[in-house]
Amino acid sequence: MQAEAHMLEGGFAEPVLEAQATFRAVMDAMARPARAVKTGSRAAPPAPLTPLAGAIACTLMDADTPVWLDPRLSGSEAVRVWLGFHTGVRFAAAPTDAAFALIGDASDMPPFDRFAQGTQEYPDRSATLILQLDSLEGGAPLTFRGSGIKGEATIAPHGLPADFAAQWGENTRRFPRGVDLVLTAGDRLIGLPRSARLVAREG
Amino acid sequence: MNAPTYNFAYLDEQTKRMIRRAILKAVAIPGYQVPFASREMPMPYGWGTGGVQVTAAILGPDDVLKVIDQGADDTTNAVSIRKFFQRVAGVETTTSTPEATIIQTRHRIPELPLHEGQILVYQVPIPEPLRFLESRETETRKMHALEEYGLMHVKLYEDIARNGHIATTYAYPVKVEGRYVMDPSPTPKFDNPKMHMSAALQLFGAGREKRIYALPPHTEVISLDFEDHPFEVQRFDKPCALCGAENVYLDEVVLDDRGGRMFVCSDTDHCETRRQSLPLEGRVGGEAAGVGSSKTSATSIFDAVVHAEGTPPGRTSSGHPPLKGEGSR
Repeated sequence: MQAEAHMLEGGFAEPVLEAQATFRAVMDAMARPARAVKTGSRAAPPAPLTPLAGAIACTLMDADTPVWLDPRLSGSEAVRVWLGFHTGVRFAAAPTDAAFALIGDASDMPPFDRFAQGTQEYPDRSATLILQLDSLEGGAPLTFRGSGIKGEATIAPHGLPADFAAQWGENTRRFPRGVDLVLTAGDRLIGLPRSARLVAREG
Repeated sequence: MNAPTYNFAYLDEQTKRMIRRAILKAVAIPGYQVPFASREMPMPYGWGTGGVQVTAAILGPDDVLKVIDQGADDTTNAVSIRKFFQRVAGVETTTSTPEATIIQTRHRIPELPLHEGQILVYQVPIPEPLRFLESRETETRKMHALEEYGLMHVKLYEDIARNGHIATTYAYPVKVEGRYVMDPSPTPKFDNPKMHMSAALQLFGAGREKRIYALPPHTEVISLDFEDHPFEVQRFDKPCALCGAENVYLDEVVLDDRGGRMFVCSDTDHCETRRQSLPLEGRVGGEAAGVGSSKTSATSIFDAVVHAEGTPPGRTSSGHPPLKGEGSR
């Protein structure tokens, strides 16, 4: 009983303004891919859902958006109850049915092509994947070009799938279909929309 | 706030989430029109309900809002939308282009290049560039899916066959990042080059047609043309009669019923800023007309009238730009 009462807490204190601020950070990240955006947005969800991922969930998800949780997050009853109470989401049984996915352990996540890709006519009917990473630094460097990027931009997020480069290349080839990523760690996020093309590095 | 019974920025939170999700997909797929559940707004369709909904979904208390209608801050549409957001969101407003964080526009892009961090929100009457060539949504959607844009080139070719040049002067189609053909809303084609590699995020909202689309910053936006008929913008013979600016878009102002007219900057903020920075004796027309020294008399407003002959391309002789957009292509 006490555990359930706890689930009612940890949402936005100022839902309207905090959702707006969080959305602007996400939009800014998506409009300028491969560039870290710092944000003060945080909710107080139960672990292992992070404060920033919780804030993004409270900002973008509701009863219209089925959400898929990876095993690390769905294994927590507290996370599912918290999301259900604060956003009203339904949970998708399979990745392909979800508008959003919350990924607690990106190194072990399903391949990107298992998620909704949209159709050639309606490429917007595709999934947005929100990845909780350990750090946005310290990983293998990845250089991107494309819409929203002036020249090139390089990031080195830590904890992505081992075959990220190959998977992202396929995601790019499916354009305009494909998934969009939001990488989060601490109080920073990086947007990787499907329009961001990975630049091949020799050597 | 005068209207405490409304949520911040008018829209309810579920509507904002729906619009925000559409904006994120629009940004991820530049030039693609994302369907959204457009709401009734307290203004009629055709008055910018799409742009207003986009602005309401992104607007925060720290934003500084500028609203322009055909370049002007002081026309009906601009004034009423600015007042709307002052009332329902309590945000600061401005007429200054560089000071604004969000600029909502009907049919113009400011002359001053926009900077990083600014957002330009367009009011769009008809978002589908192929609509006047193919009326069925099922077909135009398939054409976008298959990247089948031959019909658009046929239309531009027919312009050349009939008129000797591409006669489309506004809502001139562009191709975004080599993929989607997009309607830049009924801006004069003069403004098309400003969309290319702009530092600002550009969002397009069509309320009646229920579509949102976007151009992220630093995005390739190419106006369609032919090798032997390259894209060209309108040119004006004379500078602005008030501030003397060249290479800006001019509006025709009818002065009397004997054919008197003058051409002035369509971007009122640009024009006013220039006039304020000019020394008094250098000013032409406007409040400085007839002021002070004899040096100004040769370039008074009346000379500007006499010399402003003919009509710039894309304008009708009645002085009304063909830009209201709703179905008049």
